[in-house]
Amino acid sequence: MPIDIDIAHVARLARLDLTAEELDGYKTQLDVILDHATQVQSLEGDPREESAHPLGLVNAFRQDERRPSLDRDEVLSQAPETKDGYFVVPPAMETE
Amino acid sequence: MTLHELTIAEAGERLRAREVSSSDLLEAALDRASRTEAQLHAYLTIDREGAREAARKADADLADGIDHGPLHGVPVALKDNMCTRGVETTASSQILAGYIPPYDATVTRKLKEAGAVIVGKTNLDEFAMGSSTENSAYGTSYNPWDIGRVPGGSSGGSAAAVAIGSAFAALGSDTGGSIRQPASLTGVVGMKPTYGTVSRYGLIAFASSLDQIGPLSRSVQDAALMLEAIWGHDPLDATSYSGSYPNPSAALDDGVSGLKVGVVKELAGEGYEPAVETAVSAMVDKLSDAGAAVVEVSLPTFDIALSAYYLIAPAEASANLARFDGVRYGHRGEGATTEKLMARTRAEGFGPEVTRRVLLGTYALSAGYYDAFYGQAQKVRSAIQEDFSRAYGSVDVLVSPTSPTVAFEAGARVDDPLAMYLSDICTIPSNLAGHPAISIPIGLDEQILPIGFQVMAPALGETVMFQVAATVESLAGFTERPVLEELAS
Repeated sequence: MPIDIDIAHVARLARLDLTAEELDGYKTQLDVILDHATQVQSLEGDPREESAHPLGLVNAFRQDERRPSLDRDEVLSQAPETKDGYFVVPPAMETE
Repeated sequence: MTLHELTIAEAGERLRAREVSSSDLLEAALDRASRTEAQLHAYLTIDREGAREAARKADADLADGIDHGPLHGVPVALKDNMCTRGVETTASSQILAGYIPPYDATVTRKLKEAGAVIVGKTNLDEFAMGSSTENSAYGTSYNPWDIGRVPGGSSGGSAAAVAIGSAFAALGSDTGGSIRQPASLTGVVGMKPTYGTVSRYGLIAFASSLDQIGPLSRSVQDAALMLEAIWGHDPLDATSYSGSYPNPSAALDDGVSGLKVGVVKELAGEGYEPAVETAVSAMVDKLSDAGAAVVEVSLPTFDIALSAYYLIAPAEASANLARFDGVRYGHRGEGATTEKLMARTRAEGFGPEVTRRVLLGTYALSAGYYDAFYGQAQKVRSAIQEDFSRAYGSVDVLVSPTSPTVAFEAGARVDDPLAMYLSDICTIPSNLAGHPAISIPIGLDEQILPIGFQVMAPALGETVMFQVAATVESLAGFTERPVLEELAS
């Protein structure tokens, strides 16, 4: 099946602010890679399950007990902007 | 033999005989780094101060009769996608420039507890996505055997450091071959353990169902010693294995008599360099002469393993890399709203290969395409596991080249992503199955470039895998070390 990606839509989903020229370049490369990737559809034989952990682990539960967390100041020291122990970001919606 | 050429086992004997100190070993490695880094660029960060303090501590402990085991006092390097508290960790990405982790990865903690001295952080392809280190945001590493060529990747910095002696061993991470392929291209041993046996806590995630940390070293025994220090159940990794573990060092001297070795039919032929095929065939003959029963086995789904990998790995990467948004750490771009800030941050912070894989993965997971791509790739993965199971019904281990080619020239594949992806064709099936595999250097081609031999084993089959690997090492008798001609003194 021929691949034709709506690359601008994919970039929006991935939160990547790319130029039109960059989008064109990635689209060309992705078309080639995805064309190769369609080989997965050539799998023959009986229908199979999708695989998970090779050792068959399903869930890992632990006791619900209190323990120390990372040091808050050390963690916040890595943030671009903080205030009163919080991360600071611009508004979620456009403002006038 | 000079200090920087010793194996961990040899260095440990001299340490305990008080012939050398940990500080001596460290200074030998640091001296080696200062003579070679301008050409190789194996390291992103060398922590001279921290390493010297750790070496002094190791020496003081040993003087007090406190011995932390085989890695005590041994200088090792970490790939820069493993968190080190207080030491910059970038995963070779601009988006993490200047990031100082507030915690140690479990492997970092375990190495410190084992008495190892951490020399520094090695270069990699950005977020471990690549096969040459050319995708690093901080410049390419080069191959000590020929500085016009790449050391492989993504753990190319770790491989180059171990090969040239600026570390006695190193850790890498292997998602599709990122430990084994650079080990092969630089003439060192590189090993990917069974999925779930080494904690991924503090490893900056690429593709979580495939990523596994493992050692690069100058001998098979050293790889076993490193592995035994870093693996084990860790409650901080939900995929960590909590059952009983194999014993990699147990059978190193046992030979291969009575073992069944399967040669993978699909990992040969078109695209494989003649020198690689010749060397691998010669080693198979030697294994046969040494008493192994050798048979050819076919694993037909290996032919579509690469295409499955290049859907699963980018899909998981696109989810994992969503955390890099300019809010909590790392680079931040400008934006009037949170979403615009995130999109600008990511466009500025990610390099081309990472951007390509995030787009690819996002597409493969997006509505309407999931079943055709990601879901189908996961079914191929099940088929590959079935192929392996069938093969391991009749053989103990499988063997192949590690890489279809020797080290390639810098720049040769950067403009052709698919050609670069083919570098990992021999290594990817073990990641998809979650199985262990190891690369052992077996010789040089006519250009004086190393050739690697891969031994694969079923899940938790490390004991027999190391047994065969140690035999391969001994049969190959590979002792050559790279010579950087510009290093006059």
